[in-house]
Amino acid sequence: MSPLLVANGLHKSYPQGRSLWGRARPAQSVVRDVSFHVDRGETLGIVGETGAGKSTVGRMVLRLVEADSGHVSFDGTDLSTLSPASLRRMRQRMTMIFQDPFNSLDPRMTLRAAVREPLTLHTSLGGAEKEARVRELLERVGMRQDHLDRYPREFSGGQLQRIAIARALAADPDFIVCDEPVAALDLSIQAQVLNLLLDLQQERGLSYLFISHDLSLVRFLAHRVAVMSQGVIVEQGTPEEVFTDPKHPYTRALVSAIPTPRPTRVSRWPAGFPAPGPSRPATERRSR
Amino acid sequence: MTDVLVEPEVASDPLAPVLKIECLNVDFHTIDGWVRVVDDVSLVVPAGTTVRLVGESGSGKTVTSLAAIGLLPPDTTRVTGSIRLAGEELVGASSARLSRRRGRDVAMVFQEPRRSLDPVFTVGYQIAEVLRRHEGLDRRAARSRAVEMLDRVGIADAERRFGAYPHEFSGGMCQRVMLAIALACRPRLLIADEATTALDVTVQKEMLALMNDLQDELGVAILFITHDLSVVAETCDWVNVMYAGQVVESTAVDRLFHEPRHPYTEGLLAAIPDPQRRRLQAIPGVVPAPTSWPTGCRFSPRCDYAREGVCTSGAIPLEPAGGAQLTRCARHAEIELKGVLA
Repeated sequence: MSPLLVANGLHKSYPQGRSLWGRARPAQSVVRDVSFHVDRGETLGIVGETGAGKSTVGRMVLRLVEADSGHVSFDGTDLSTLSPASLRRMRQRMTMIFQDPFNSLDPRMTLRAAVREPLTLHTSLGGAEKEARVRELLERVGMRQDHLDRYPREFSGGQLQRIAIARALAADPDFIVCDEPVAALDLSIQAQVLNLLLDLQQERGLSYLFISHDLSLVRFLAHRVAVMSQGVIVEQGTPEEVFTDPKHPYTRALVSAIPTPRPTRVSRWPAGFPAPGPSRPATERRSR
Repeated sequence: MTDVLVEPEVASDPLAPVLKIECLNVDFHTIDGWVRVVDDVSLVVPAGTTVRLVGESGSGKTVTSLAAIGLLPPDTTRVTGSIRLAGEELVGASSARLSRRRGRDVAMVFQEPRRSLDPVFTVGYQIAEVLRRHEGLDRRAARSRAVEMLDRVGIADAERRFGAYPHEFSGGMCQRVMLAIALACRPRLLIADEATTALDVTVQKEMLALMNDLQDELGVAILFITHDLSVVAETCDWVNVMYAGQVVESTAVDRLFHEPRHPYTEGLLAAIPDPQRRRLQAIPGVVPAPTSWPTGCRFSPRCDYAREGVCTSGAIPLEPAGGAQLTRCARHAEIELKGVLA
């Protein structure tokens, strides 16, 4: 079977404006000749450091940013030739989850309205059907029925990210670009969101383009990994290949920098030093 | 360099901690009245060691560190208990005294290096400023010491870079400059609040190594605050885990990963992505807000081991749990917890 998504030779540069004398500065190229594919039901992880161009790639795939050159084809259709109307129809099948759930949801929309919006845009469901679908989606991501009429400000980051996932799922997509979806969340909450993404992939055969700076995260969850540096994919492979036997010097540097839970030095804690001590009333209690 | 900072008390007793916090409580004044955000926190930082304070957002780790450096606004916060910096009590100290201590005996590095630096002054000026203020150096002496500091924190071509502005530096270089400012007067204690969190992994690794080297060189004690359990083991001696305003576990770093003694620590370790497993163990629920801390053990509503009664009533004390390890779990003697390292 052909891959769900194929990106071929993507290139993007941004103009740098003009100098004081009106001379055009050379354009800054941020993504150069990036090619990859994502199979059905597969997660492709893109890792790289700040400024590597990974988010730009995620956006070009959905045509939220137009590529200078190169092609993206989705399920056999070349996206770059689509008219705005057919692109909109295509977007029903491909969507995105952003890093910051506090800014990616409209603060003036209730949960119900936020999840209902993509249904209105992409489906011809009637009011009652839409309502039923909204409830089903929110229940699937672990939100309660009494949350329906509440606003984003009333929820924590992890809850908001689950709502964003419900919204992304509304139009029943095949492919989701996840751009650092858990970077803003605490560790204990991060696990809840990642488990949800994994479960949904199993249930619905979703494909993910998972963008992250966190190598251990990508290693945990991706079927294949692409490492980006300065706008170029320097290495692609299975997590085992990339993390246990990195070929490119940049990947090697990146992998060796992953913090491990192993203590890295001989403890300098003075022998016999009294620990902070069990709680007891302070000998001196003063108030400022 | 100058030895004026070494006080007799510390010089004579190598075991006297640089920082000793005992039974610290911090309350914030809110529209609903006083709300406790840090509750009964005790910790020590011995000279020349690195101590990590780990916790999720809202656990009170940053407030604890701000109290230790006297940066909480006095009119809207209430601090009780004891904070001793090199033997001197800071709770109740005047703001003038705190201000003299800051920058000289204790310094702080924050998460966003670019926001902590002033964009309109050169980086060199900002290092020299601390030296002129606290050590009374003249312009020229301060400049040469500042160049020396830039060189020490690994900025190449320090003499020329002295005149550079923060916008000309990358995030990692700005953090090095922050470190140079913090360490310029050779403080006894450096507080690093998420100092490597915003940096890329390779830069983070360099930063941690640099802090380790500077500790060797200057003997500075480091209190390192982080939410990221994966950096906890890096160049660290002791860990305090905070949850809902309290220290819930306090232990040597190797024991934290081998033998956690609090269910919350176990839960955090299990939530670290591990390619060996295809599913993460999530801690259900969310961190409670300070206004709705449960009675008894504050972790009990999210804890698999919690029992009605023992865990849900009364204040749970921080108790010894084998050796120097401390835990705030009422059932620590009965339950068997799993670490991540064999």
